Amino acid sequence: MYSFNYLKPVSIEDAASMLSESDEHKVISGGMTLIPTLKQRLARVERLIGLEKCGLSEIKLDGELLKIGAMATHAEVSESDIVVMENPAIAELASHIGDRQVRNRGTIGGSLANNDPSACYPAAILALGGIIHTTKRDINAEEFFVDLFETALEEDEIITAVSLPKPDAAAYEKFPNPASRYAMVGVFVAKFNSEIRVAVTGAGEEGVFRCSEIETALLKAFSSESLSDCTISADGLMSDIHAEADYRAHLIVEMAKRAVTKSARR
Amino acid sequence: MILGEIDVTQVTLMVNGTQHNEDVSDYMLLADFIREKLKLTGTHVGCDTSQCGACVIHIDGISVKSCTMLAVQADGSNITTIEGLADGDVLHPMQQAFHENHGLQCGFCTPGMIMSAIELIDGKPDISEAEIRQGLEGNLCRCTGYQNIVKSVHEAAKVERR
Ligand SMILES: Cc1cc2nc3c(=O)[nH]c(=O)nc-3n(C[C@H](O)[C@H](O)[C@H](O)COP(=O)(O)OP(=O)(O)OC[C@H]3O[C@@H](n4cnc5c(N)ncnc54)[C@H](O)[C@@H]3O)c2cc1C
Ligand code: FES
Ligand code: FES
Repeated sequence: MYSFNYLKPVSIEDAASMLSESDEHKVISGGMTLIPTLKQRLARVERLIGLEKCGLSEIKLDGELLKIGAMATHAEVSESDIVVMENPAIAELASHIGDRQVRNRGTIGGSLANNDPSACYPAAILALGGIIHTTKRDINAEEFFVDLFETALEEDEIITAVSLPKPDAAAYEKFPNPASRYAMVGVFVAKFNSEIRVAVTGAGEEGVFRCSEIETALLKAFSSESLSDCTISADGLMSDIHAEADYRAHLIVEMAKRAVTKSARR
Repeated sequence: MILGEIDVTQVTLMVNGTQHNEDVSDYMLLADFIREKLKLTGTHVGCDTSQCGACVIHIDGISVKSCTMLAVQADGSNITTIEGLADGDVLHPMQQAFHENHGLQCGFCTPGMIMSAIELIDGKPDISEAEIRQGLEGNLCRCTGYQNIVKSVHEAAKVERR
């Protein structure tokens, strides 16, 4: 690891101003992605700005929306009574991220900022049409996820919370990579009144995306049978040592079916 | 204090019931602090890529991978390592269960397994085998094939029930 200094600001305003001082400064939340990256010397920072004292881990209802603080850990989200009541699909998704020790440290803010193409939360936030609150503005999920490991965040912008509308039905299903437990393909389906929103992670060459073929098929009837003839083109899907693009295309439909069935059971 | 251009921060933490005040470089990993500064070498570093769980310790009662945390981040906390479990010569029930059920072979993964397992069964005396297997997914063992580890954890949970 290259050397750096560690700062512990006690307010998000202080954290934001420390971050804006230099390109060589970076915030750290759970560190479950950033520390391994620093250890491998894939990144170098002058200062790490820890957000742990900034009070960003509150989970609450904000009118109709479920608002989750950026520093809420995956374990806290999965065990929160409010999340389990209001948006059980999110609680369940969080309970399957990595392993227990990853969930005890990793945060929703860090996961969204990182926008790993195989991460779970991006699929949920995009399918639910969530809003990402930052130190500068509110960003719609559609604009937030830009490309692999790339978001709409500016260099000196910090995620403070995310707000999620309550769906009529929703579920997430992932086909985990057996070694890393990241999603080889993950599909989040959400039904709101007459609208169906489906987002796919782990598969797209440009990261998380909405899948119109599945959304259209599910408009006929929100049931897994609606997907029995559905096929998806492998164009634009990733091929790597874990899976070819056409296998991923197949998995997307399969995970979508399972997610729809699971959402009906709630 | 400044050493070169890099801060050295004084951290104060309780480790296995003893208070420590130590100067650490900000970029020192907690696992290195425990092993090299405190000489508590029961906490192992297996993969160093956050995947094997050999380095699991408890911070304020919660299991974490100490290879993926900085010592400065643990300032002010209460840490338990594998060395802090036994009461003199009397093993912790989880250690005793591993001993009785042949839950280890080379022993490299064992400290992390035990620390994870203690958190896992806490308040869950009726935990199922499937829950144990899933709950230990962050701990890798290259020797046992897991069978006796799962059995050990199951037995320890039953002791908790008594
Ligand atoms: C073994 C293992 C298995 C995993 N499995 C999964 C899995 O199955 N599914 C999954 O989705 N993820 C998985 N992860 C990733 C895990 O969820 C991470 O916790 C997460 O991706 C990053 O969150 P963090 O809080 O640890 O962020 P950090 O590592 O602290 O930060 C990550 C990046 O985001 C930036 N950042 C952090 N917080 C903010 C903020 N509030 N605002 C702006 N920028 C910020 C940092 O500067 C850094 O660049 C796994 C990780 C490990 C080690
Ligand atoms: S050494 Fe920490 S997870 Fe392997
Ligand atoms: S006993 Fe050897 S690695 Fe588990």
